[in-house]
Amino acid sequence: MKPSRSLAMALLAFAAVSAAAQEAPDALVKRVAQETIGTIKSDPKVQAGDQQRIREVVETKLLPYFDFERITALAMGRNWRQATPEQQKELVEQFRQLLVRTYSGALAQYRDQTMDYKPLRADAGATEVTVRTEVVRSGQTPVQIDYAMAKEDSGWKVYDVIVGGVSLVTNYRDEFNQQIKGGGVEGLLKTLQTKNQGTPQK
Amino acid sequence: MNKLIAVAALAGAAVLSGCATGPGRADDPFEASNRVMFKINEPLVTYVAKPVADVYTAVFPGFVRTAVTNYVNNIDDLFSIVNDALQAKWEKMGNDMARVMINTGFGFAGLIDIASDAGIPRGNEDFGQTFGYWGIPQGPYLFIPLWGPTTVRDGTGSILRLLWSPTNEIPNVPVRNVVYGFVTVNEAPGAVEAMSLIDKAALDPYVFVRSAYLQRRRNLVYDGKPPPEKEEE
Repeated sequence: MKPSRSLAMALLAFAAVSAAAQEAPDALVKRVAQETIGTIKSDPKVQAGDQQRIREVVETKLLPYFDFERITALAMGRNWRQATPEQQKELVEQFRQLLVRTYSGALAQYRDQTMDYKPLRADAGATEVTVRTEVVRSGQTPVQIDYAMAKEDSGWKVYDVIVGGVSLVTNYRDEFNQQIKGGGVEGLLKTLQTKNQGTPQK
Repeated sequence: MNKLIAVAALAGAAVLSGCATGPGRADDPFEASNRVMFKINEPLVTYVAKPVADVYTAVFPGFVRTAVTNYVNNIDDLFSIVNDALQAKWEKMGNDMARVMINTGFGFAGLIDIASDAGIPRGNEDFGQTFGYWGIPQGPYLFIPLWGPTTVRDGTGSILRLLWSPTNEIPNVPVRNVVYGFVTVNEAPGAVEAMSLIDKAALDPYVFVRSAYLQRRRNLVYDGKPPPEKEEE
């Protein structure tokens, strides 16, 4: 009885894991968005504007689906290879913190909005796709939000977010370039660290 | 009134920009003077736009502010019809015509956006996009205090757009002025919100705004499907 039960559990767990690995990128975006919105709408602390809690939601619900190393490397462009491995590690961490804070702030302002999901147009074997969504707010022009995703061993991961045609990676590439021109990779790291410490972490 | 300010500001910026040149990005030859304008803009947002936005959102409930936005959008849709035609985008033109007729006729001069509820999308074309579609280059990037980022191409489009407005045709002068007041003040909350996001996200707000604006406009010119940009690597 016992062994058969644990076998069943193991099988179930295996099924869950392989389902996650096979989850299509558009299905993943939809599921994650709905889970996050559900939490935001139902969690009283989030509703009250508790920054700590909002950040927790972002960390646990959204972050696992972002490839921050790739995002950072893309935003660094050709400067990425000039950075030492330690600098690269620190850059990923600092950039991650900056994005989490920005996203948490945006999520805290989430009001009644609905998301539309456009059909995914990609080959079955594609390893890079763009998932297109549209955020509709009453009385305002819908905002197009696209997620550029790549297939990795652990499933699909986001490596760029494009809001109304504005790519997160491109925007920060311009910013990083400028910082590096002024003070090298070390200068960029300093700016990021100051930025992350500067705003009070409530 | 609005258009005078905009025209004067743009002319002033062009003159100022002409004086200052320096090295930098090819699309922002006037970066030095633009940065000065950007610096001037920051306290204007903090000490003018922010209090205005606070009072406006405190005094008028959301549905009033939505009605003002709808009114402005309806006029934008009217101009969009012209620009759809200039770009021979007939499907968009049909949509925009339907939108303006429905919203003006049944939505109290555009105060209610019935057309969006009915699922008719906005064409969202303006003169700047038309010039871009025609292949006219965007020209130097400009930053105008209390107006925001633009380019010579987009700024020219904005001036064209401001030369005439249906609001001018409101015969009762006090009513017309009240409408102009609402339309102007309605811009404040969005500007303040954008500024606070930029403050959170940007390492150098000037570069952040420039990059976002130029990407956004490029995306609009290509109707959401811009060709991949050349890497400078």
